[in-house]
Amino acid sequence: MSIKQISVFLENKPGALYAMTGVLAQNKVDLRALSLAETKDFGIVRLIVDNVYEATTVLKDAGYVHSVTPVIGVAIPDTPGGLNKVLQVLTDAKVNVEYMYAFLGGRDVDHAYMIFRVADNAAASAALAARGIQVVEQEEMENL
Amino acid sequence: MERYYQPEIECASREQIKAWQDERLVKQVKHVWDNVPYYRKKMEAKGLTPDDIKGVDDLHKLPFVTKADLREAYPYGLVAKPLKDCVRIQSTSGTTGKRVVAFYTQHDIDLWEDCCARAIVAAGGSNEDVCQVSYGYGLFTGGPGLNGGSHKVGCLTVPTSSGNTERQIMFIRDLNATILCCTPSYAAYLGESMKEMGLTPDQIPLKAGIFGAEAWSEEMRQDIQNTLGIKAYDIYGLTELSGPGVAFECSAQSGMHINEDHFIAEIIDPETGEVLPEGSKGELVFTSITKEAFPLLRYRTRDICMLSREKCSCGRTHVKMCKPMGRSDDMLVIRGVNVFPSQIETVLLNHGYPANYQIIVDRVKSTDTLDVQVEMTPEMFTDNLGEIERRQKELVAGLRSMLGLAAKVTLVAPKSIVRSEGKAVRVIDKRKI
Repeated sequence: MSIKQISVFLENKPGALYAMTGVLAQNKVDLRALSLAETKDFGIVRLIVDNVYEATTVLKDAGYVHSVTPVIGVAIPDTPGGLNKVLQVLTDAKVNVEYMYAFLGGRDVDHAYMIFRVADNAAASAALAARGIQVVEQEEMENL
Repeated sequence: MERYYQPEIECASREQIKAWQDERLVKQVKHVWDNVPYYRKKMEAKGLTPDDIKGVDDLHKLPFVTKADLREAYPYGLVAKPLKDCVRIQSTSGTTGKRVVAFYTQHDIDLWEDCCARAIVAAGGSNEDVCQVSYGYGLFTGGPGLNGGSHKVGCLTVPTSSGNTERQIMFIRDLNATILCCTPSYAAYLGESMKEMGLTPDQIPLKAGIFGAEAWSEEMRQDIQNTLGIKAYDIYGLTELSGPGVAFECSAQSGMHINEDHFIAEIIDPETGEVLPEGSKGELVFTSITKEAFPLLRYRTRDICMLSREKCSCGRTHVKMCKPMGRSDDMLVIRGVNVFPSQIETVLLNHGYPANYQIIVDRVKSTDTLDVQVEMTPEMFTDNLGEIERRQKELVAGLRSMLGLAAKVTLVAPKSIVRSEGKAVRVIDKRKI
């Protein structure tokens, strides 16, 4: 009940991100979502892509250190209070959110997508399902 | 008018110095033969007995002692006196994490402090002076050595130890300190700090400084002399031999007189080990001829140097060594602390990092900086930034405890460290010394 996020190590210097997106572009990897976390010297770029196998292969070949992490994707109605409702569920289930980021788009313009990195994927998925909130499957994400 | 701490020794005739050295060397060789099995084995391996050493002219027959010997014999293997006669240790970092531990009897400490006292008097010190010792106290020899020397001269000694610049400046001004002992880079830093406070050289009571434990240039000397309004003197030493005071500068400020009544100096070819003729450039080798607890015969310092027996205007007759011109190994001196790349490598491997690293040394505002760049690996990587930073902090703490020095750790991209002919360049020293 999770989707795969690719995290990539980058140095925090001009052109580092550009060089990496260049590798993905050349290999026709489509980005669904992207988020950056940075320190003064280095950063971690987190990606949701249409083809995880292809993306990880080309990144590895290009010498990037990366890891694949299961995260929870949720489609949230693009209305006020949409995110709040999801966080309420996770709070009630005592699931800690390590980080999260959002993206709009795909064919469904009425929804925003949230990616949650949580300590316990199974607990989060179960809590969301019990409250009728649909989590996005890997296949669905690839076909957005 | 030049003043001396022990004029009858410091200005003795060459013949007298040679006679002392002959007599003391013969005695020292017998002492280690009788008391240190490690030395006896080394001599036996070369087919030598104490009878083969009749004076300084036979010194070249003896085997060298290296840092590797100190490591192998660690901690007690080279101690030549019963521990009940030893009263102190001092210590410095070794090549692979094991520290060098040197032992002293009370007599050894007395002679060491005499050497430091000679340096203080050569810098113009007397019992009228207030001597602030801003070298670190503790295992490091700088603080204890100059502290003892300052007592012997009769200076009012201010044992501030290193660090806390504000307090250093307060004592210099409030107590009217006239002599400052510290590393040259710290002296430069103190000078800059006082300049920023708006103090001019004539408002600073200092008149002389005794600066050592790291390399410094003639330009740096001029800078320090100008900002502090003092005469700046160099001092040389190694923990293995005693500490600071193995050699010191006089009023001529053109090289350091080696205390030849305690240490015999040789210059050798670092490749072949052959003794080079006087005036040649090569590796400095010392034999301590008066040390009781921790005598070293032909200890290879790895410092590249030249000796000069030219007559000195100060009247001292002991041979002079130039400022060390480099190293015949990869040791770095950073903020006065000896650092070997292999120590850094050990810490990295212990923390699960790869041996893909680079050490960048620089000097920013008179202070040495150490940046250890490490390549990120798949094993070390996680999507959790906090976790990576936590490991980075652990590594910084590990380096601090190994080196006794604050280092910065920078994580860099894989394969970003320059390799020449497949071999990584481990050290980039950007300091202009």
